Amino acid sequence: MSNTWIILGATSAIARAFARQLAMRGDSLILAGRDLAELKLIAKDCSLRGALQAEAIGFDARKPASFAAIITAAEQNSGIINVGVFTGSMPEQAKIDADPSLIDGVIADNFIGPVRFLQTITPLLEERGGGCVIGIGSVAGDRGRIGNYVYGAAKAGFHTYLSGLRNRLTRSGGHVITVKPGFTDTAMTWGIKGMFLVASPENVAKDLINAVKKRRNVIYTPFFWRYIMLIIKNIPEFIFKKLSI
Amino acid sequence: MRWKETTYSGWGRAIKAHGEVARPEKVAALNAIMADAPAPAIGNRRSYGDTALNNGGQATDMTRLDRFLNFDFETGLLEAEAGATIGDILNTFGPKGWMPAVIPGTGFATLGGCIANDVHGKNHQIAGSFGQHVESILLVGAAGKPQRVSLKRNAPLFRATIGGLGQTGVILTARIRLAKCSGGTMAVQERRMADLDSFMDGFSESNAAYSVGWIDTTASGVNLGRGILEEANISTGEFSAPRKVRSIPFNAPGFLMSKPVIKLFNKLYMRRIPSDGRDRERPLNDFFFPLDRILNWNRLYGKHGFHQFQCVLPHDTARTKLTKLLEEISNSGLCSPLSVLKQLGAGRGGMMSFPMEGMTLAVDIANKRQAPALLARLNDIALSGKGRVYLAKDSSLDPAYLSGMNLELAHYRETVAKADPEAIFATSQSRRLNLRGDT
Repeated sequence: MSNTWIILGATSAIARAFARQLAMRGDSLILAGRDLAELKLIAKDCSLRGALQAEAIGFDARKPASFAAIITAAEQNSGIINVGVFTGSMPEQAKIDADPSLIDGVIADNFIGPVRFLQTITPLLEERGGGCVIGIGSVAGDRGRIGNYVYGAAKAGFHTYLSGLRNRLTRSGGHVITVKPGFTDTAMTWGIKGMFLVASPENVAKDLINAVKKRRNVIYTPFFWRYIMLIIKNIPEFIFKKLSI
Repeated sequence: MRWKETTYSGWGRAIKAHGEVARPEKVAALNAIMADAPAPAIGNRRSYGDTALNNGGQATDMTRLDRFLNFDFETGLLEAEAGATIGDILNTFGPKGWMPAVIPGTGFATLGGCIANDVHGKNHQIAGSFGQHVESILLVGAAGKPQRVSLKRNAPLFRATIGGLGQTGVILTARIRLAKCSGGTMAVQERRMADLDSFMDGFSESNAAYSVGWIDTTASGVNLGRGILEEANISTGEFSAPRKVRSIPFNAPGFLMSKPVIKLFNKLYMRRIPSDGRDRERPLNDFFFPLDRILNWNRLYGKHGFHQFQCVLPHDTARTKLTKLLEEISNSGLCSPLSVLKQLGAGRGGMMSFPMEGMTLAVDIANKRQAPALLARLNDIALSGKGRVYLAKDSSLDPAYLSGMNLELAHYRETVAKADPEAIFATSQSRRLNLRGDT
């Protein structure tokens, strides 16, 4: 049975590495994002690496009108449909402090857009059955911290949504994976001071492929972030509020 | 685009650079850099010295622009971005019957780096150098606009870019002609060579498509120049993916690369091969990239790193000069376990390309106190034999020697000056060697 993957935010480094690995096993790809020229290069690359087909389609989390074309394209492929959500944006907290109107964009990119897309396509996933949804959350969503709590709040909302969607899709044989990456070596973290234990996008993508195979529910990648976050989540609030981690 | 302030080095780690590095992940990000603040391109930094360094300046890391863009399964013409690696090309197209026509000793080398250094492989006599299989290059020069160069379109700029050490601009993409890959394994024959003479005879009598020699640089006297000759042809076994890599987690202590340890290692390495030789089938990845399974093997040389010296000598001086080189190395106590002797043909793709018909010797030299003096003596010997020093490895050449290496230096300098008059793409190496002839 053929496997189609819709990748939202396909130009991100983790999405690209993930798409490559899907391509190498012969899946069909619908690569969606804002930079169409870039998406076309990724589609070419994926085709040459073995994707059954790879199509580039424009997608903007802030423009729900852009969703329909992707869903139509997916409908035309037979077989199981899967979705990977890699969209997101993270302006510096200081910029948000200076201009609170930026919050609308953060919530749109990390929460409203992805959720609205998933909600729209869920009936199709249910109809085909057996599909998988991967949602990229963040360790920042596990606890609000001074450094990026608006972004963290949007991701926390997304985690909660994914949990509910998992509850729903399970009934039709589908599956939802919540992914919480730690620091990953991408354009988002390049040159930022204070990064440690930075994982390569290729290794994060390998973890995703494994999580799909094993139908995991919530994964941290690399795995040790589960323990780091376990500690951070368990610091009592009266201490945590004084920390700046 | 965010610039990262960082300290970085080439594979040898003996020379470091400090400066800002950008790593664009999208073509649009690269275009923005080239419009605002163009900087020389670097890849996986597998050249040993300072070829891929720009101390005090900026550099553009191309490793994330690594997509395959087009491939013609009929003709083998591949178009790819500069950051695509040789290993990736081999492992993607090998199972479909195509491979890079020229494969350097590490699969981590990028397409852009292979062009800029006009690298060679173990089949140089037959296939020539990497640059000879480049159909065209999309180059962004100082003016910021990409232009396609080839032998037909702006041949001087094309030939100054191949082996041109990054001085003409940033390679965005290139079209290269892959070679047929008839199988997934190599039939390898290994034989002990008793001394330099038998080694050189072994090379000249070899009919194999691929040949390479491991040479024991600790041997002296009657054993001087002994080693193992590896000859190989593509065989018909199944293609297999590269094996799992291991990593050297930290810098090794200094005594690891001391003379007694290396002497012992070399002795055992030699004895691995039975006295009457052996034949075996090896996966392509293992044959072409024997060291790639050990990530960061350069850490074995400790925190001070190492230099690599590689020269080529024409056949008429090779025997006497190689003897001299090996004596110097053997006496210095700075010998290395990874030394390579190889025969080269005449093929070269660019004005500054390294290959010439003759014998090439490559040795690692630990970056100890005596290293600079030894390197200077080795450079002297190579040049006195009308040879060439490989700039992709070099960290020590006297700039005055460039003109004695029988390169197309004047034409190169003229072409580079025209393409980049303000020396935007100058690097640590181009300044050290006065490559551009502008100081």
